[in-house]
Amino acid sequence: MSIIESRISNRTDEFRQNSSAMRELVDDLQAKAAIIAQGGGERARAKHLGRDKLLPRDRIDRLVDPGSPFLEIGQFAGYQMYGDDNVAAGGLIAGIGRVHGLECMIVANDATVKGGTYYPITVKKHLRAQAIAQENKLPCIYLVDSGGAHLPSQDNVFPDREHFGRIFFNQANMSAEGIPQIAVVMGSCTAGGAYVPAMCDQSIIVKEQGTIFLGGPPLVRAATGEVVSAEDLGGADVHARISGVADHYALNDEHALSLARDIVATLNREKKPDLVLRDVIEPRYPLDDLYGIVPSSLRKPFDIREIIARLVDDSEFDEFKELYGTSLICGFAHLYGIPIGIVANNGILFSESALKGAHFVELCAKRRIPLVFLQNITGFMVGQKYEHRGIARDGAKMVTAVACARVPKLTLVVGGSFGAGNYAMCGRAYGGRFLWMWPNARISVMGGEQAATVLAQVKRDGMEARGESWSEADEDRFKNPIREQYEHQGHPYYASARLWDDGIIDPADSRRVLGLGLSAALNAPLENTEFGIFRM
Amino acid sequence: MFSKILIANRGEIAVRVARTARSLGISSVAVFSSADKDALHVEACDEAYCIGGAAASESYLDAARILQVAQDCGAEAIHPGYGFLSENAAFARACETAGIVFIGPPASAIDAMGSKSEAKALMASAGVPLVPGYHDDDQTEARLVQESERIGYPQLIKASAGGGGKGMRLVESLDEFAAALTSARREASASFGDDKVLIERYLTKPRHVELQIFADSHGACVHLFERDCSIQRRHQKILEEAPAPGISDELRAQMGKAAVDCAQAINYVGAGTVEFLLDQDDSFYFMEMNTRLQVEHPVTEMITAQDLVEWQLRVAAGGALPLEQVGIECHGHAIEARIYAETPQRDFMSAAGQIKYLSQPAADPGVRIDTGVRCGDMIGINYDPMIAKLIVHADTRSAALAKLAHALRQYHILGLNTNIGFITRLVTMTEFRAADFDTGYIAKHQTQLMAQDPRQLQQAKVLAAAAMLPAFELRQPAGRGHSAWDRRDLWRMNLSADLCIELEYEAEINRVQIRREHESWRFELEDESYLLAGGWIEPACMRFEMDNQRLEFPLLREADAITLSHQGQVYRFALPDRSHEGDSDAADADHPRAPMSGAVVALPVALGDTVEPGSTLIVIEAMKMEHAIVAQISGSVSEILFAVGDQVDEGDTLVILEVE
Repeated sequence: MSIIESRISNRTDEFRQNSSAMRELVDDLQAKAAIIAQGGGERARAKHLGRDKLLPRDRIDRLVDPGSPFLEIGQFAGYQMYGDDNVAAGGLIAGIGRVHGLECMIVANDATVKGGTYYPITVKKHLRAQAIAQENKLPCIYLVDSGGAHLPSQDNVFPDREHFGRIFFNQANMSAEGIPQIAVVMGSCTAGGAYVPAMCDQSIIVKEQGTIFLGGPPLVRAATGEVVSAEDLGGADVHARISGVADHYALNDEHALSLARDIVATLNREKKPDLVLRDVIEPRYPLDDLYGIVPSSLRKPFDIREIIARLVDDSEFDEFKELYGTSLICGFAHLYGIPIGIVANNGILFSESALKGAHFVELCAKRRIPLVFLQNITGFMVGQKYEHRGIARDGAKMVTAVACARVPKLTLVVGGSFGAGNYAMCGRAYGGRFLWMWPNARISVMGGEQAATVLAQVKRDGMEARGESWSEADEDRFKNPIREQYEHQGHPYYASARLWDDGIIDPADSRRVLGLGLSAALNAPLENTEFGIFRM
Repeated sequence: MFSKILIANRGEIAVRVARTARSLGISSVAVFSSADKDALHVEACDEAYCIGGAAASESYLDAARILQVAQDCGAEAIHPGYGFLSENAAFARACETAGIVFIGPPASAIDAMGSKSEAKALMASAGVPLVPGYHDDDQTEARLVQESERIGYPQLIKASAGGGGKGMRLVESLDEFAAALTSARREASASFGDDKVLIERYLTKPRHVELQIFADSHGACVHLFERDCSIQRRHQKILEEAPAPGISDELRAQMGKAAVDCAQAINYVGAGTVEFLLDQDDSFYFMEMNTRLQVEHPVTEMITAQDLVEWQLRVAAGGALPLEQVGIECHGHAIEARIYAETPQRDFMSAAGQIKYLSQPAADPGVRIDTGVRCGDMIGINYDPMIAKLIVHADTRSAALAKLAHALRQYHILGLNTNIGFITRLVTMTEFRAADFDTGYIAKHQTQLMAQDPRQLQQAKVLAAAAMLPAFELRQPAGRGHSAWDRRDLWRMNLSADLCIELEYEAEINRVQIRREHESWRFELEDESYLLAGGWIEPACMRFEMDNQRLEFPLLREADAITLSHQGQVYRFALPDRSHEGDSDAADADHPRAPMSGAVVALPVALGDTVEPGSTLIVIEAMKMEHAIVAQISGSVSEILFAVGDQVDEGDTLVILEVE
C-alpha cells in the first residue's frame, strides 16, 4: 500500500494564482451551462409550459431516482455552431441516469429548441448517446418531443451512414442484443421520428400531447386531400386503443414518467461487476486543491501524481516502473472501490515512456482492469536521435496496446492533448467509453505556436528558394491568424460543441464524473483482449 | 387481602390497577373486547379473557359476562376503574350477590349520588354548602324579589324549561331585578310557552376544586387534599393540579371537612371525590360526588406519596385506612395533563387513527406517564380517545409547570392529531402560570391558545420539505459495492443542484425552493431563507442545524403526506400528486370507490336513476364527518353495492354506473 504524499501547499502565491485562474474558467463554464440549460429561451419555455408539458430537464429529474445524479453528455453540443441559430445542447438532452437503481441512457428532445428538430449535431449527439448505451449495455429511454429532421439541413442529417437512419438501426440492434429500448412520446413524433417509439420494445404516449404519424396533417392533406386533426391522426387514443403503436396511455407527463419507471422496474436486469471490489475510501486530500495544482499556462509542468492523489480512493497509488520512463506515470489504484489502472502524462513521451505505457496497458488488459488516462501531452519527442532509436516504433506499440485493449477506457484531458500523444493517451478515436475535458484543456494536432512556426518556416523556405525576402513583421502577420485559429479550435468549448468529447467538467467534479462513468461502464461484461502485432 | 382480582376496564386505568396489584402480589385478570386483543392492558395482566365485540355495550359494559369470567377464573374482587361499570349500582349489587367484592362504594352510596338533584337535596340536609338558588313553584314577584335578595348578586334568572341561554338574564343588583324578571318571563313564555323561572347565584370566575376522600368500612373517613380541575374544554378536564393554587390552609380544612361530611352522610366506603365550585370570595358550593377513582387521582398520589389503588384494595378487603388524617401530608406540587387524540382547532373534535410514532419524555423521578397504548395501537375508534396522562411533580407550582412544559416538548405522537401542542401553549401562558384562571379560561383565551406561531409554522414547512430531499436520506456506509451513483445530492453536470418541493397546508400549496450550497442546503420559502445541514438519523427522526439552531424532531413520511412534530406542535403537510391530474375519464369513474372507511348514512339514488356529474351518489360518515361521493360522469345507476348503515372500507366500490 503506498499513499501519495502531496507536496503541494495551498498557501503559495502560485497555488492561489492557479486557483483563481481555474476558478474563473469554471465560473464561465457554469455560467454558459446555465444558459444552455435554459434551452430555447424564455418565450419557448413559457409556451411549452403553457401546454401543460414539463421541460425536458424536469422530465429527466422526475424519471431518475429522486436526487440521484445525471451524467449528462454533450452539454455543449452545437455551441456557437449554427450562427444565429441557438441549438442549445444540440436540441437534445442526453445522459446516464439511474432508474430503479439501473443505469439507463436517457435521450430527451428539447422541443423549446427549434421544435426539437434534428440538426446535424443533434443526430451526432443522439448517435453518441446510443453508442454509449450499446458499448455499456445501458437500457435506453427516449423522451420524444421532436418535429423530426431539420429540413434545411437535410443533406447533413438524412442520407449518410451516421445520419438519422442510424438511430433506428441502433435501436433494432440494441434490442437484438437485449438492451431494452423504451420510448415515452410526450410531443410530436413525426415522419422518421415515428419510428423511435415504433422501434422500441415498449412505448408510452401522453394523452393530448403525444402524436405519432408517418405524415402529419399538412402532408396528408397535400398527398390525399384528407383533412384530419393531429389528435385523430395519431394521438394517444389512436395509438393506445386503435393502432397499437403505443403500449401505455399516460394522463400527463408526470404519469408517463412514472409509467416509464414502472417499465424499468420490470426489466429483470442486474449489474454484476466481475472485478474485486473494495470498500470506498475518499481521497486524503481535498478535491478543491485541483484548482491550484494545474498552472494557468500549459507550458508549465506539474506533477500529475498530485492530481491522482485527489482522484483515487484513499490517495493510494501503486506505481509501476516508477524509476523508468518517468515522463509517463502508470500504476494501480481504486476509484469508488473499483480497481483501475492509471496512465498519466508527466511530460513529453519518449521511447521508454511509450514502452512502459504499452507494458502497463497489457497488464491491465490481461487482468481485466479498467484504464483511466489522464492526458496532458504535447506529443512524442522529436529529433534525429529519437527517430534513429525508433520512437515511431515504440509509439506504435503504445498506440496498438491502447487501441486493442478491450477493458473500459476512460480519458480525462487535464491539460494539452496534442498530436500523436492524443492517440497514445486514448484520444476520441481510440474507443474509450468516455472522454472529458477540463476547462483549461486544449486539443489540436499541435500547439498553435508550433503550427504557426511550422507553416511560416515552410513558407519562408519557399520564398527564400524563389529569392524573395520576408520581413519579421510580415511573418508575424502570417502567424497570428494561425495562432488564433488553433486557440479557437483547440478550445474545449469548440471541441465539446462538436462532440469530440463527452463534456467539459469542473475539475472538482473529476472523481465523481470518473466514478459515475466507470460504474456505468461496468454494466457491460468485461472482455478479454487480443492485441495486434507490436512492432519490435 | 385478595389473591386475585379482575379489572373490568381497559386502557391506562387497567394497566395502572394491574401495576399496584402486581406490587402487592395480587394476580390480575384482564378482560378485553375483540378490538383490544393486542392492547397493552391485556399484556399488563396475568390472565386475560375476551368478553365480546368492539362496542362497549358488547364487552366492557356487559356486566353479566364480566361477572361470569370473574367467577370462572376465581377472582375474589372486581376493580371497575373509571367509566364503564364503575358507577353502576346494579353491577355493584350483582357483584355482591355473586359473592365477589366490588372495589368501590356500597351500591346505596352510588345510588345516593346518582341523581344530581337528589344528591343536592341530601347534601343540603347534611349541611354541605350548595350554590344559593331558588327552584320552587311559588312564582309571585314578591317571593322572587325576596329570594333574589337572599341569594345575593350577581345572579342569573333562567327559564325553568329553558336552555341555550333563552330567557336568561344576568342581574348585578336588586335595582335591575324587576326589569330583568319581566323580560326573562316574556322570553321564556315566547320560547317555551312557560314563564316559570329559577334564580341562581352567578359565579363570575368559578374554579373547579375537588376533594379526594377515602373511607373505610370501619367508619373512618379522611381527605387527601384537593385538586384544581378548572382547566376544561367541552366540560371535560384536561389539566389537573394539586394542591389548588392560592388556597389557604383554613379554606382547605373547611373544604376537607365538608367533603368528609358529604361522604359520611351517605355511609361512604372507598375512594371518592367531592366536587365543589369555588368562588373568588372563597365561598364554595357542592356540585357532585364521584363514587369512583378519578382519572386525575395521580396528582393526589404524587403530593401525598400514597398509592390510592392500594388503599382501594385494602379498604375493599375490609382493612382500615392506612393513615389517619393527621398522618396525610402534602409535599410539593403535582400537575397532570391529559393527552387526547383530538383536534383543538376544530372545537376539540376527537381524532382517531393509528399511533405511528411515539416517543415519550425521558424517565425522571418527577415525571409519571400513565398510558394504555403503544406505538402502532389504534386510538379513539371504539373507546375514549385519551392517549395518556402526563403527570409531573416538583417542589413548587412554577417548577412543576416548567417540568411539564419541558416534558410536553419531549412528547411526540405522530399519526393522529393530539392536544399536546395546545396544552404546551396553555401551560406556558403568563396568566396560567400566575394561577389567574377559572373554568372559563380556555374560552376566554381561545384566540391566543389556538394561534399558530407563524415563524414556527414557516420552519415546519421548511423541515417538511427537508424530509423530501433525497440528500438527507439515511446514508448507507460507503462499503463494498457502493457507487458514485448512490449519492443523492441532485448532482447535475456544471449546473446548480436545485429542487422545488410542493407542500399542501390547509388547502394552500407552498413551494419550497431548495439549492445545494457546498455541503449544506439553502431552503427558500416566500421571503425567508434557511440554511440546513443534517438529515435523517433514524427512520422517523431528523436532525439539523438550521442556520445556527440545532433541531431534532420526529416525523413520518408517508406516500401522500409528511407529519412532523416541531416545538411541541404537530404539523401535517400533504404532498400533491400530479400524476393523475386530468383523470376525468379514469377507470374508476363508472364505479366510484369509498375514499375512506366509514358507515353509509345516506343513499340519495336508486337503481335506474340517471345521474349527472356532481350528483350525490352516496354519503359516508367517517370521523363524525359526512363525505358525499358524487358522480364524475353522467350515466344511470346500474348497481348499488351497500345499504344505509353498512360499513364500507376504503377503496370499496360503492355503486356502478352505466354510461349511456
